[in-house]
Amino acid sequence: MRHTISILLANEAGELSRIVGLFSARGYNIETLSVGKTQDPKWSKATVVTYGDDATVEQIVKQCSRLARVKDVRLVTTLPHIEREMALIDVSVSAGAERQEVMNLVKIFRAKVVDISHDKMVLEASGTRDKVDTFIDMLKPLAVNEVTRSGSVAINRLSSLESFRSDAKAEAAAA
Amino acid sequence: MAFRHYRDSSMNQSAVIAEPSVVLNVLSQPEETPAQSCRGAEILIKGLIANGVDTIFGLPGGAVLHIYDELWRYREEITHYLVRHEQGAVHAAEGYARATGKVGVALVTSGPGATNAVTGIATAYMDSIPLVVITGQVATGLIGTDAFQEVDTFGITLPVVKHSYLVRRAEDLEDIVNEAFFIASSGKPGPVVIDIPKDVTAQVAEYRGSNDGFVEYHEYRSEPDRSVIEDAVKKILEAKQPVFYIGGGVVSSGASDELTSLVEKLNIPVTPTLMGLGGFPSAHANCLGMLGMHGTYASNLAVAESDLLVAVGVRFDDRVTGKLNTFAPNAEVIHIDIDASAMGKLRKPQIPVVSDAATALAAINERLESESLDTERLAPWWRTIREWQSAVPLGCSGSEDEIDPQKLIETLHEVTDGDAVIVTDVGQHQMWAAQFYPFKRSRQCLTSGGLGTMGFGLPAAMGARVALPDQMVVAVVGDGGFQMTNQEIITAIQYNVPLKVVIMNNGYLGMVRQWQEMFYDRTYSEVDLSVSPDFVKLAEAYGAKGLRATKPEELRSVLKEGLEYDGVAIMDIVVRKEENVFPIVPAGGESRNMILK
Repeated sequence: MRHTISILLANEAGELSRIVGLFSARGYNIETLSVGKTQDPKWSKATVVTYGDDATVEQIVKQCSRLARVKDVRLVTTLPHIEREMALIDVSVSAGAERQEVMNLVKIFRAKVVDISHDKMVLEASGTRDKVDTFIDMLKPLAVNEVTRSGSVAINRLSSLESFRSDAKAEAAAA
Repeated sequence: MAFRHYRDSSMNQSAVIAEPSVVLNVLSQPEETPAQSCRGAEILIKGLIANGVDTIFGLPGGAVLHIYDELWRYREEITHYLVRHEQGAVHAAEGYARATGKVGVALVTSGPGATNAVTGIATAYMDSIPLVVITGQVATGLIGTDAFQEVDTFGITLPVVKHSYLVRRAEDLEDIVNEAFFIASSGKPGPVVIDIPKDVTAQVAEYRGSNDGFVEYHEYRSEPDRSVIEDAVKKILEAKQPVFYIGGGVVSSGASDELTSLVEKLNIPVTPTLMGLGGFPSAHANCLGMLGMHGTYASNLAVAESDLLVAVGVRFDDRVTGKLNTFAPNAEVIHIDIDASAMGKLRKPQIPVVSDAATALAAINERLESESLDTERLAPWWRTIREWQSAVPLGCSGSEDEIDPQKLIETLHEVTDGDAVIVTDVGQHQMWAAQFYPFKRSRQCLTSGGLGTMGFGLPAAMGARVALPDQMVVAVVGDGGFQMTNQEIITAIQYNVPLKVVIMNNGYLGMVRQWQEMFYDRTYSEVDLSVSPDFVKLAEAYGAKGLRATKPEELRSVLKEGLEYDGVAIMDIVVRKEENVFPIVPAGGESRNMILK
């Protein structure tokens, strides 16, 4: 089963390799990985898309949590969440009908044209993985020269976190 | 300054410390000492002293010259033991740590110094032994240039450390040293590597002499939830065929007394793992002996038939469980461990108790005070167990003219009054020591359980003996493992460490030979060690006492003479060559299917 894990780790040299090393050492899969600073530059957020059965994913979360410079590990996919990928796509397009067709696709997928020449365009698409996949697939009849894709980034929906927090509060109160 | 936020209390963390005060007290002389300017090397040494270090095992080299220069100045405060190979330094530090529970310290240079240390670091990692290993590194400006004696120590050690640092500025060093000792010894202990570039050891920075930095950011959780304890107690009181399966966590948390009190209250059988030996007295009526691949018949059957397994400080290692899905197939599991990731890693517990073992057992003991307990309740279970025990006791084939390896261990037990700290190497002798030397107390059996590192025994025994100056410490090693690290005999000689080494000499890599005999049709492929040095002469060449026994009637007197000798003694005990360790559960087999002879 596919899962997205959000890891809050120190923005320090070597800490990302500790996470990646842990995945390879324990035989876990990384489908995508993206990392960037958070609002506090001391901390980075790594979003890892992985797959495995429930027990494996539980172990991944626990193993990552053990690291001294990891502050928080969250299984984003257990709650309602927003997940996005981005792609930059270089396609060969001749002027005229072909370019018009690409523009239609760009419109349908709410993509962007970010560069253009007489016979080429660079398109930017973002959205769920399925949407980006489909967009690239739709472009395939044209000559797609190069695709560069980001990993997923994800965040939990505000409503889900609120209910999660109130659940936790209720539990604490009950205890 | 390096920032020091680590954990969020909302996480169900495994970072739990049994006694944070131990670390904090050592460090708490803040404000009074004014900040001093010193070079990085001195900050390091002062940091070590502030963390209670008085012993270092190491070997110098180019990248650590500043540190060694400073160490010489502080030689009244810190005794440095000059090993002859860096692997020996780390094993000695491990022996020191395993014998005492304190953090062991090793100091090595960059490049080959660090790579030689890796085996020891990995050994400590697998057995959760608290170590701080300081490695030199080339100057920061040379990092990444393939400089002389440069290696990516941070990268190489990454999978086998609890945490590691590449120090970039001398001003970070003080906090890093303090935190390294904290991380090494807190929660589930483990090795921490501090990699220090040479220029950092020369940079001048302030030494504040305080630990005002990191500790407040670490969250501890050592106490189990009361409701979980309640559930555990209920299960324990209901169980008809319960077994306590105890491991290294009992030793490292100092849970022996709580465990003994609990077990006696409830009259429940106990089986220790290799790492758990001594955590519960082997000679106690409730102790069934070790379980697992070379466990006793009664232990393995008791676990196989149990309806409740109380697993304390263990991790369901494959050498214990054999085929995992047939291990204790009818048992519910209460798993007490400080490491949250141990829960469900291999066996999903019905009741996971993420806690320091001693704290959890104390909580159960406290809860049981209000119960009226019937110690006869488990009488039918004990009758079955006693039958198993008398049906297949541990034993040996017995011989008139050759020394039985098992007899060697039994005789060693007798001549040491059962009181020696036994440090084993890895192989057949290790299993026989585990089976035939009844350990009385925690930290009496020091062994490389997880990694199974041959060569561990001799240097680790030296480190243990350094830590325990009034204690008889005996290294029990095979003729194979002995030859991997015997260079450290001279270290023991140099520092007058009266190391006792008993070589169980069967002229083979015995455990491999046993597997080849049993599982590879006696194809003895590359296990013959009959061409070996004369160990007596070798001992003498080092300036140690060398003794040999080849006949049963010589055994006791040779052991006595060696152990009573005032100095390093190497006892070459030539035992029957093709004796096998029994019982044995073939690797990956069901643990109830033991081969008994």
